[in-house]
Amino acid sequence: MSENQTYTLTINGLKREVKDSWIGESLLYVLRERLGLPGAKGACEQGECGSCTVMVDGAAVCSCLVLAASAVDSDIKTVEGLAPDGSLTDVQQSFIDNGAVQCGFCTPGLIVAIHNLLDSRPAPTDLEVREAISGNICRCTGYGRIFAAVQDVIEQRGATR
Amino acid sequence: MSTVKTRRDVLGTNALRPDGAAKVKGEFSFSSDMWSDGMLWGATLRSPHPYARILRIDTSPALAIDGVRTVLTAEDVPGVLTYGLIDQDQPVFAVDYVRYMGEPVAAVAADHPETCRRALAAIVVEYEVLTPLTDPEMSLDDSVPAIHPNGNVFRHQRIVHGDTSVVGDVVVEGEYEIGMQDQAFLGLEAAMAIPDSDGAGVELHIATQWLHEDQKQIAACLGFPVERVRLVLGGVGGAFGAREDISLQVHSCLLALATRRPIKMQYSREESFFGHVHRHPARVQIRHHAKVDGTIVKIEARMLFDGGAYASTSSAVLINGITHIQGPYRCPSAVVDGFAVRTNNPPCGAMRGFGVVQACYAHESQMDRLAEACGLSHVEIRLRNAMRTGDTLITGQPVESVAPVERCIRETDALPLPPPLPETPNALELPGGTGLTSRRENIRRGIGWGVSIKRGLRRLQHGSMLARRWCRHFEVRHIGGGSRIRHTCTTDCTKCARHQRRRRRAHGHVYWLSRLDVCITPDLDERWCSGRCMPTRSRTSLRARGYDERHRCLASGDRR
Repeated sequence: MSENQTYTLTINGLKREVKDSWIGESLLYVLRERLGLPGAKGACEQGECGSCTVMVDGAAVCSCLVLAASAVDSDIKTVEGLAPDGSLTDVQQSFIDNGAVQCGFCTPGLIVAIHNLLDSRPAPTDLEVREAISGNICRCTGYGRIFAAVQDVIEQRGATR
Repeated sequence: MSTVKTRRDVLGTNALRPDGAAKVKGEFSFSSDMWSDGMLWGATLRSPHPYARILRIDTSPALAIDGVRTVLTAEDVPGVLTYGLIDQDQPVFAVDYVRYMGEPVAAVAADHPETCRRALAAIVVEYEVLTPLTDPEMSLDDSVPAIHPNGNVFRHQRIVHGDTSVVGDVVVEGEYEIGMQDQAFLGLEAAMAIPDSDGAGVELHIATQWLHEDQKQIAACLGFPVERVRLVLGGVGGAFGAREDISLQVHSCLLALATRRPIKMQYSREESFFGHVHRHPARVQIRHHAKVDGTIVKIEARMLFDGGAYASTSSAVLINGITHIQGPYRCPSAVVDGFAVRTNNPPCGAMRGFGVVQACYAHESQMDRLAEACGLSHVEIRLRNAMRTGDTLITGQPVESVAPVERCIRETDALPLPPPLPETPNALELPGGTGLTSRRENIRRGIGWGVSIKRGLRRLQHGSMLARRWCRHFEVRHIGGGSRIRHTCTTDCTKCARHQRRRRRAHGHVYWLSRLDVCITPDLDERWCSGRCMPTRSRTSLRARGYDERHRCLASGDRR
């Protein structure tokens, strides 16, 4: 099996070189095992659970289903790139304040999915929120607190506009 | 602004998770997020058959693949070949037989997960496929050959309580089947095993539920003293019971020691389903006897738990099932027979509820039927029978703790119902409305009642091999109307009953026994004990008066 592929990905605004890799590696694998960005998680590797959600050119995608080498010309954003300088975004803070984090495995994927929703739709309806996070499975919380966290962010953002 | 919080300031304040910030940033380290210089990847070869004899394993084609460092089988296990939480009957790698589809047969270490996958495909295993035992009822049939040297029955436990000759004016009978379920935690099994430089020890980073139980079993299989196996808890991505048993712990340590390199192992979702225990499928046959006014006078039940290929915690799950079959309701008399059996189905063990879920499904379904038979509402039947402090459980244990069953029911009943659904509701508004949990036409929606109880009854669970052999056909009963209750124990001490009474006050546990008539006579060489102190795990035994009684019980004990 040859591991001789070298290419460059643009991740969170930075050019990152991927060296000596196998062509068949997913973006999820490359982020986690080659680039030191383990925020996106693998819980199914079938595009069913959403734990691996990242943004590619502004769209929320399952990184487990993206061939890493095919994303060379794209802008990739991961959970690590959402907040500058180690601070927390309002979505992240709201998750903590609302008790929407238990084991935390689904959390990065949800955070990215919610940012992606609010980027394009600042005042989504309940149904639009539900649909936007319907691709993210959580086995711990029962989703109630997650939903409350999103509602809080929408209210706060609406209030400060 | 900072405030120094005293203990008095803490109650009523919002306590934020200390790991919350790391988790929302994706910085929290789960065991799958680990990485080590020079590490190799590990992977497991699993049986495609539910029951087969292994004729031959040829690992050489895998070893010939560039990047493959080692391939291990049962021959390479240096210590004890088997592990298990109660019975150590589960092989690290299959020996001579595979007993469930997915049983580990070999493991590989290689430079890349893809190399591992190719190596697994290259290993040649020749099987003689056998007819699997899949019906748990057949496991109770003596004429069916044992699929394991320890036999096809993990445990039979009977409970007899009160006046068993009582017959109700109203009798409601039902049979309930509970299917297998999976914990499906999101954080897939993963570990990082780092060998000590002298090869005589290992450090394992693992997401688990039982660090000390893991350590004990791993050390035994590796043939190391316990202190040479150091476990570090990796971030746990959910568990719900599935991480109580060993999955990839021993495999990753063996690969690390064989290659002298750090080994990272992680399961795919498909492999995860094969790699951990599931909820026991169960069949509950149950009969409620009641007076005309709905008051329960007796429960008769037979519970059959399919434990799958290996023991795991099946015998303890069984005990939870049979001791909770009365539900949170008063029950003056009961006859309950519980069986946990071995089949070639997937191994079952702990899953949130641990046997009580199966009992609860049965008793709550029965309460609804009993309500209808007595012409009462589903609420009224439950209120009428609601357990209270001071009642006696079917195990003979008095309910000394709070038991606000009636209050729970009344307060729940007072809650407003959700608004009625529109004619054509949006699927997104319905629980599970857009998920793929079932086909749309199979879904029934309604509002019903379920009341459950879960308590820590640990007395009839774990035990040494010796005690278990004794207690297999043991019957729990009140003797002569008094409060003397016998059951086997884990082993040998002299102060058990007194210990228990002190512990109960100290820890607020409700113990199995509140009084035990005991007599200590050191000259008798057979031990018989009142129970094991779980908090201290002190090994105690004492001799109970009524030694003949014990023999009578054991002699008359019945396997069915």
